[in-house]
Amino acid sequence: MQLVVENLACRRGVRLLFQGLGFTLEAGRALIVTGPNGTGKSSLLRILAGLARPEAGAMRMDGTPEPDDFTEETHYLGHLDAHKGALSAQENLAFWRDMLGRPALSVGEAMDAVGLGGLERLPVAVLSAGQKRRLALARLLVARRPLWLLDEPTTALDVAAQARFGELARAHVAAGGLIVAATHAPLDFGPCDGLDLGAWRPARPVVEGVDA
Amino acid sequence: MRRAFGALLVRDLRLALRAGGGAGLGVVFFLAVVVVTPFAIGPDLALLARIGPAILWIGALLASLIGLDRLFAADAEDGSLDVLSMGALPLELVAAAKGLAHWIATGLPLVVAAPVLALLLNLAPASIGALTLTLLVGTPAITFLGLIGAAFAAVFRRGGLLVAVLVMPLTIPVLIFAVAATSTALGGTVPFGTPFRILLGLSLAAMVLGPIAAAAALRVARD
Repeated sequence: MQLVVENLACRRGVRLLFQGLGFTLEAGRALIVTGPNGTGKSSLLRILAGLARPEAGAMRMDGTPEPDDFTEETHYLGHLDAHKGALSAQENLAFWRDMLGRPALSVGEAMDAVGLGGLERLPVAVLSAGQKRRLALARLLVARRPLWLLDEPTTALDVAAQARFGELARAHVAAGGLIVAATHAPLDFGPCDGLDLGAWRPARPVVEGVDA
Repeated sequence: MRRAFGALLVRDLRLALRAGGGAGLGVVFFLAVVVVTPFAIGPDLALLARIGPAILWIGALLASLIGLDRLFAADAEDGSLDVLSMGALPLELVAAAKGLAHWIATGLPLVVAAPVLALLLNLAPASIGALTLTLLVGTPAITFLGLIGAAFAAVFRRGGLLVAVLVMPLTIPVLIFAVAATSTALGGTVPFGTPFRILLGLSLAAMVLGPIAAAAALRVARD
């Protein structure tokens, strides 16, 4: 299994964020995407997740049933945690487990794995920002999907929780998974490639003849 | 896929029924419209019995539109919609599950409340039966047509007004045939079945086309 991205370009309004971006990510490796604010890290992840359309270029995931449409092979963890505050942590996670399909860990096991054991019955609204983020990370564990797209995964996590998540991510990579993570924090995900999006910024970012 | 559909249905029902979910708002609005009308029209019982079905239907129509603007917008704002659209369930069925949950939480209580409220408007027993039947068949049409407006409200971020402006014209045929079917119960040359079957057809069409159009609108948002 490998993720192949060719000649990808992303436009927001009249500005080209990056252009001609290409990389190949082998199974069992993580790609750490870095770059200053506004270089398109989040946009790249949304494009890979199928939530946004690229301006140009193609991507595919070899070794899956549908290489050109690998949305169902993908976990997307964006800035937003995708929880419902009125539901309990357990209800939220159980819902995503049923919704995403291909169940892996049970709800209880996943909550223990991210260190939320004992908080199952609390409404998400009363959890702290870090606990909400951990619950979002637990979503990655309840459904089996090989490609993890992580946008600043360790936001609001304390040092211990960051280390714990690093272990989970390394285990995923070691089991033949793939991770693409956009981050400013130093993350240790095991065998890593680096991608500095700042280097892919086009020489003339403003597209002429295009209305915003 | 059935499991995902059921999970989404149960989640949305739970959210609607918990505090702040707004499931009861539609019924209260419905009640307010029906209770206020006799005061405005005056104590003419014959007149009330004649226009009663129309008033109940207008009330039910407006009450069905309450809360639609938040249906997809709430999921878009907390990031759920992104993850939902990557699940095993196609976006069309996501929209259908949310529509069904919304109807059970807001439309079904209107159907249950209607016979009681119809007494306030001096409706004849035959009329009450016909009205309840048309509400049972017609309110899903309004909810599922409303999905289209709900999807646009989520796409354009602020769209409370959009729902009313987009959805109201689409619901006019439902209103016409529903009220026509109810008035046949009071006599006339047209049998109840004629307008009622058209209403049934409108409802079935809305249940299929509404989620498809809503999913298309949600996909447009991915620029």
